[in-house]
Amino acid sequence: MSGETPDLGGRVGAEPRIETDPHGDVTVDRVALAEEFAGEAAGAGHAASADVAAYALGLGDDALVLAQRLGDWITRAPELEEDVALGNIALDLLGHARSLLHYAGTHDGRSEDDLAYFRDEPEFRNAWLFEQPNGDFAHTIARQLVASTYLVELYRRVEASTDATLAAIAAKASKEVDYHRDHAIQWTLRLAGGTDESRRRMLRAVEQTWPYVDELFRDDEVVARLVDEGIAPRPSSLREPFDAVIDQVFAEADLARPEGRTAFVVDGRGREGKHTEHLGPLLAEMQVLARAHPGASW
Amino acid sequence: MTGAREASVARPVPRDPAARAAWDVAATVTDPEVPVLTIEDLGVLRSVSVDDDGGVHVELTPTYSGCPAMDAMRDDVVLALTHAGYDEVDVRMVLSPAWTTDWMSESGKDKLRTYGIQAPSGSAPVRDAGPIRVQLAVKCPRCDSLNTRELARFGSTSCKALYECRDCLEPFDYFKVL
Repeated sequence: MSGETPDLGGRVGAEPRIETDPHGDVTVDRVALAEEFAGEAAGAGHAASADVAAYALGLGDDALVLAQRLGDWITRAPELEEDVALGNIALDLLGHARSLLHYAGTHDGRSEDDLAYFRDEPEFRNAWLFEQPNGDFAHTIARQLVASTYLVELYRRVEASTDATLAAIAAKASKEVDYHRDHAIQWTLRLAGGTDESRRRMLRAVEQTWPYVDELFRDDEVVARLVDEGIAPRPSSLREPFDAVIDQVFAEADLARPEGRTAFVVDGRGREGKHTEHLGPLLAEMQVLARAHPGASW
Repeated sequence: MTGAREASVARPVPRDPAARAAWDVAATVTDPEVPVLTIEDLGVLRSVSVDDDGGVHVELTPTYSGCPAMDAMRDDVVLALTHAGYDEVDVRMVLSPAWTTDWMSESGKDKLRTYGIQAPSGSAPVRDAGPIRVQLAVKCPRCDSLNTRELARFGSTSCKALYECRDCLEPFDYFKVL
């Protein structure tokens, strides 16, 4: 995200300032959003309601925080191809975050950059899974497997939302997270069936990632109201299809879901703005430039 | 987009002569990352209309949500239309219906291959596929061999994967089916 104008759905004003170099110093005088971004779909001409904004903020923060985490792998992944892969996945997620935060911001007039760079930790609404450290490559793959499997099930259902803006964002995102899931599954199979060392690490990663799964499927009051209006799927209803996909992958990889009476589950409160100690440093790095030079653009 | 999401068509070329003229100008803009393809070939150009005051309204759809080339394409559309004499141009990004490689033109696919990028093989799945997939063979754009292998599922841009030909030994980009 540049510190300048939100580029999503840009509309260049009546007197576009065109210089000889179209990509040098692009100036967009006035930015008006396409209807679906601005929440005017179906001619209703409304901004996101408080509930819809809260919902979009949660989904947008999930995508933004995960994008930031994955970006950290660039130049550090086990092989060059994975630098590129994780970087590309992060880029897609950043695209989803921009659309979702932009829509959330229509509720109170904040821009996507206001929301990304000028909110503090307690104002972030991402689930804990997304802010967990990258760990080793197996940890990142386990987190990607959970995240992308969840997001595929979620976005497929949000495509049918009665909120046209959310439906449009989900229809776009749906196809992309499907590819992310494929990437995560391929690596899960490879690590679990690879060497003794890769299998040992994959087992440990699954065990340490699973406590964060529950929070993704927890219902709350806001979502309950949106479910009634046909805007959002009930989070708990996604658990069964999520487990079905995971079981299929784990059967192939000879892994098992660490569940049952002995399984540890964290009491994630990300949707209420309570976070693990890992989010703060991530935000500090992500926000420092925008805060040191407000309005900077390039 | 307003109202019901209509069935997608690859190239909704307007019938109105004024709009058609503006479409033809906008359709000359190329993808900055794959310069052999125009935005019309890609299926990214979604609609062009001209209002009574001569203002041109263009809708583009992103290939991928985070694709940075979209900003450049949008600016280039404004530039092309401005140079063609249209004073007032606005370009909007629409997400729905979501772009698919099925909208890529046949001539666009030929241009891609000539450029050294293999075009999407096959069409986007019509229904949700299961989680475990088989991969279709991808032909080498240089020697047409099917004896190729995927080097990386992701490539230099969001829309591509990296392959290698085992016969002519050249690596090549593959435009992924979406």
